[in-house]
Amino acid sequence: MSEQSISDFTRIETDVLIIGAGGAGLRAAIEASDNGAKVVVLSKSLLGKAHTVMAEGGVAASLGNVDSKDNWGIHFADTVVEGVHLGDWRLAEINAKEAPDRIYELEKYGAMFDRTPDGRILQRAFGAHTYRRLCHVGDKTGLEMIRTLEDQVLHRDIKVHDETVVTKIFKKDGRAVGALAFEMRTGKFMAIKSKAVILATGGGGRLFKVTSNSWESTGDGFALAFDAGATLMDMEMVQFHPTGMVYPPGVRGMLVTEGVRGEGGILLNSKGERFMKTYSPNKMELDARDVVARSIYNEIQEGRGTEHGGVYLQIHHKGAKFILDKLPGMHSQFLEFAGVDITKENMEVAPTTHYYMGGIKIDPEDNQTTLPGLFACGEAATGLHGANRLGGNSLIDLLVFGRRTGQSAAKYTKDAQPADVSENDIIEEISRVTGFLNKPSAVNPYELINELRDTMSKYAGIRRTEENLTTALDILLKIKGRYSEIGVAGNVRFNPGLIACFELHSLLTTGELLLRGAIQRKESRGAHFRSDYPKMSEEFKRNITWHMEGNEVKSSFSTMPELPPEMVKIVGQVEGHTQ
Amino acid sequence: MKEVTFIVYRKDPSVSEEEKFEEYKVPVEEGMVVLDGIHYIENNIDPTLAVRWNCKAARCGSCSAEVNGFPRLMCKTRVEDMGDRIKVSPMKAYPVVKDLVTDVSQNYDIERRIPEFKPKEGLQEPWRVDEMDVKRSMEFRRCIECFLCQNICHVIREHESNYVGPRHMVKIASLDMHPLDDVDRSEFLHDEGGAGYCNITKCCQEVCPEHIHITDNAIIPMKERIVGSYYDPIERAIKKIRRKKR
Ligand SMILES: Cc1cc2nc3c(=O)[nH]c(=O)nc-3n(C[C@H](O)[C@H](O)[C@H](O)COP(=O)(O)OP(=O)(O)OC[C@H]3O[C@@H](n4cnc5c(N)ncnc54)[C@H](O)[C@@H]3O)c2cc1C
Ligand code: SF4
Ligand code: SF4
Ligand code: FES
Repeated sequence: MSEQSISDFTRIETDVLIIGAGGAGLRAAIEASDNGAKVVVLSKSLLGKAHTVMAEGGVAASLGNVDSKDNWGIHFADTVVEGVHLGDWRLAEINAKEAPDRIYELEKYGAMFDRTPDGRILQRAFGAHTYRRLCHVGDKTGLEMIRTLEDQVLHRDIKVHDETVVTKIFKKDGRAVGALAFEMRTGKFMAIKSKAVILATGGGGRLFKVTSNSWESTGDGFALAFDAGATLMDMEMVQFHPTGMVYPPGVRGMLVTEGVRGEGGILLNSKGERFMKTYSPNKMELDARDVVARSIYNEIQEGRGTEHGGVYLQIHHKGAKFILDKLPGMHSQFLEFAGVDITKENMEVAPTTHYYMGGIKIDPEDNQTTLPGLFACGEAATGLHGANRLGGNSLIDLLVFGRRTGQSAAKYTKDAQPADVSENDIIEEISRVTGFLNKPSAVNPYELINELRDTMSKYAGIRRTEENLTTALDILLKIKGRYSEIGVAGNVRFNPGLIACFELHSLLTTGELLLRGAIQRKESRGAHFRSDYPKMSEEFKRNITWHMEGNEVKSSFSTMPELPPEMVKIVGQVEGHTQ
Repeated sequence: MKEVTFIVYRKDPSVSEEEKFEEYKVPVEEGMVVLDGIHYIENNIDPTLAVRWNCKAARCGSCSAEVNGFPRLMCKTRVEDMGDRIKVSPMKAYPVVKDLVTDVSQNYDIERRIPEFKPKEGLQEPWRVDEMDVKRSMEFRRCIECFLCQNICHVIREHESNYVGPRHMVKIASLDMHPLDDVDRSEFLHDEGGAGYCNITKCCQEVCPEHIHITDNAIIPMKERIVGSYYDPIERAIKKIRRKKR
């Protein structure tokens, strides 16, 4: 075995360090670079492969190309109302207002969208959007977005180290000043010294067993920020997408885009009943995700599910030509993975863990976290979606706030002095990492990860109770107690087991805050459903925040700023006809 | 439970240049894909087994490998279609980083060199684009950069030319077929891109998991483009004048 010396590392210096190369990270990189900052991007996956690449249905912006009545106000109101007033209205306002410009800008970067017959960007219907608002390219919107941004990054002076895992954010004098990472391809450590750090690390859907999320969505950004002393918020708020594949077992959880329902797909139980008629007579299949997911869950629980524990999703009534044109990805996904031809047969679907609404708390004006010099954007940040995210609002979030974060980080670096990261801090972190290697009689990290994921799925999914949540927390704390026992053979070079050692820490942090938050929130709101407290409570129109004080986890309640009167009016337009 | 044998390529160049195939018994679940088998080994037998993957939904193009000698996405290849002994080895065209993971970074260097999208000047905003133009370009925009086509292309495998390879021909075609794009890439294709080295064997399009007609719809039209504009002295002259005007 090649022994690696712990004092063998590369030092890198930059203005802005961006962790994450999904839509948010890449958009931030472009902007920071265009604002004159020197930029380094680090990513766990290969450039162009980040989680965002999987996004299917579309990106929301009130262009009004299909429904001319649409405008930013309605988009804003939809976001606030469906987020059940838990989100930060200012983020929703900025998002809705800037969305159209970001779409046209992406087009100028080279992206292509499907068109209306007169050549404008086509928009499709999606759950709980008042108007047809989602710009899309078939069901490959995320791919188009990533490829376009990747191209822009490659043609700028931006340094990308992909397949590089960040394990720690360095702090000095109360601000973020860099990070430690190792490059999987070479096994080499790098200590990055930067004036500003942006976390664009995505979500944590892999905390659950059944999930649509990619490998990298293990909540690393939440843990990195939390360990550095930044505040997290709404950690109990996780979105379960109504429609994931259920069969065969190997593909359980794989997403079935909401685009299927947006294009006219209907949900049926095993008796052939269109059950959304009972749960949501007006919006039916296109109600908000939490509503549809719970309805499906309920049908299955009450014995009206399919053979493999799902419900049916039917689109074949729209005809083969339409389906192949509008949903080609879904057609091949079912054909290739399940042997089902959706132009002729029904799909079987059930809810799957999909999106993390909670995350790192940010200032809506500049995306800075509570730790100076540390910024966050994309799924890693929180506040835009409140208790429930609208489809298409994540991709636009990446563009709008990726750009704004790039701008504010670049601005921040103009006044900030680089701070030296001490050799001691670096070596301490490197030895922590190498400490997992070749321990005698170590516990396999995957064993604990799998136990944790099973526990979360069993006790903290769509339907939560005090009893289940407490049971889950007990198990989680036991797993946490065994964290020091884990280890793996081999060296630093491309060692999945070593990466799993870190991911377990991220998952434990995320899971613990999720459970503690869910126990505290004794009500049902948006995606958080407590069957022992099925009603929403005014008392809980507040956010639960988390931060570390010394070695102690502290929680507190905070409230979002009240909607100003002119905004109340705008929101009223939408709320009026949903209630 | 039924078991199959996975025969997996192992090599860690940071330790030694030795290559070997290890055998592992893997229980089979219905609908399981080859990547699940590799994960089973990683989770239960050897956590150091290196594999690149991300989406497990055939959307990111990370998990390319040779399965029973054929280039495939591991997450899209069903175990039940592969028999009782499944041999998994890394792509051959690239240097091995470790086990099933190869170094594909040269592709990003190529992408950096391809002249990027530049819209025509003076377009009225917001842009209008014909639906048919989007459809035509879409075939190429489906590419998930799995590099399986690069892996199978004999010109790339021989490492003796400057040919950019099929993936990048697809990229150039997608840019070129954008109706509002204003860049002429024929010079790049001819000189730096080495498009002349492709002898249209069509092996690349046979392995494309996105079923892109790489040779027929991207490479051949691009080659014709070179012949049309590059070798036609009059057209070249006109182009030069146009470029100067701008
Ligand atoms: C199947 C699917 C379909 C979807 N469809 C839609 C849709 O139609 N519309 C919509 O709006 N939203 C959709 N979403 C949601 C949306 O895709 C995601 O929320 C969004 O892409 C997140 O982007 P991001 O840039 O924040 O992070 P990600 O794309 O998740 O990227 C995170 C980045 O951080 C890196 N990273 C993480 N941890 C570390 C670490 N420790 N060290 C270094 N790097 C690290 C990762 O490698 C990656 O590069 C969908 C999601 C899924 C799963
Ligand atoms: S057609 Fe051209 S690019 Fe494709 S495999 Fe043959 S030589 Fe390579
Ligand atoms: S063209 Fe096809 S085979 Fe080649 S990289 Fe793209 S998706 Fe893969
Ligand atoms: S893991 Fe993404 S294509 Fe296989």
